[in-house]
Amino acid sequence: MDPAAAKYIGAGLATLGMIGAGIGVGTIFGNFLSGATRNPSAAGGQFTNLILGAALTEALGILAFVLGLVILFS
Amino acid sequence: MASPMHQFEIQPVLALPTVNIPGLGMIDLSINNSILSMLIAAGVVIVLMTLATARAAVVPGRVQVIGEGVFGYIDDLATSIIGHEGRSFFPFVFTLFLFILTMNFLGLFLMFTATAQLAVTATLAAMTILLVLVVGFVRNGANMYKLFVPAGVPWYMLILVTPIEIISFLLRPVTLALRLFGNMLGGHVALKVFAGFVALAFGGGIGLLGIPVATLSLGGIVALTALEFLVAFLQAFVFAVLTCVYLNDVVNLGHHH
Repeated sequence: MDPAAAKYIGAGLATLGMIGAGIGVGTIFGNFLSGATRNPSAAGGQFTNLILGAALTEALGILAFVLGLVILFS
Repeated sequence: MASPMHQFEIQPVLALPTVNIPGLGMIDLSINNSILSMLIAAGVVIVLMTLATARAAVVPGRVQVIGEGVFGYIDDLATSIIGHEGRSFFPFVFTLFLFILTMNFLGLFLMFTATAQLAVTATLAAMTILLVLVVGFVRNGANMYKLFVPAGVPWYMLILVTPIEIISFLLRPVTLALRLFGNMLGGHVALKVFAGFVALAFGGGIGLLGIPVATLSLGGIVALTALEFLVAFLQAFVFAVLTCVYLNDVVNLGHHH
């Protein structure tokens, strides 16, 4: 296989790790919404926790994205 | 189609002489577009907050409302996460938040996103973690090991938990830098790729079919730009929240409030 082609395929495969982050962030926001619609008065106070969880989850996806960039531009 | 990575290239703006600083070696003081963008961001923050605090009135004007709103928002954040000692770390968190927020927004208005440079975000993350370490060692001294040994965990679980805690602590500066960098880089690359589709649709040899393709892509750019404004705020907010959480870990070590 052409090394350049293998590099592009590898970069694409590396970014597949973002699937997991997508599922995770979706779960967090979905569960927040289902909780918030049951008890709307408590929803506002949990905004920071919501963003915190989403950010920590998203970081793992960003790691995969950056790894893809590293493969692409190295 | 122009390369979507072209927008992140560092270009010299103003050439300045190299100076020799004892202990550090030769330092190039030239202004490049990244530094220029950061200087503009710092200037915008200073001017905005100066205007907000000048002629303070009981019934606030428009700029004063903005200033007080942002101030109160981050103040609430710091005190709700760190507790009553959050006040002493508020200036650092507030400065970080305003600086990152302005750089993110300038990237959407201006030509260059300073936060899409790993060097910039890594410096901000390193500053945060160094502050956490200094505060932790000054306040707790040798008790810092409690950061890796959670209270109330049986000893056989500690064999498993302690390495995980150490790894997660060491990963904090890495994820802090990469999250901001990756989000801003990814968003701006996506914007440029969609912008490339518009030009490609007319020159790509698909004739009249290019008109709906270009229209859809343009709509995509508008929607993505709106999303990028949300991300720009959210990432600055996340950086401030995580700074507070990491500071809280060492300020209130061993006792939760």
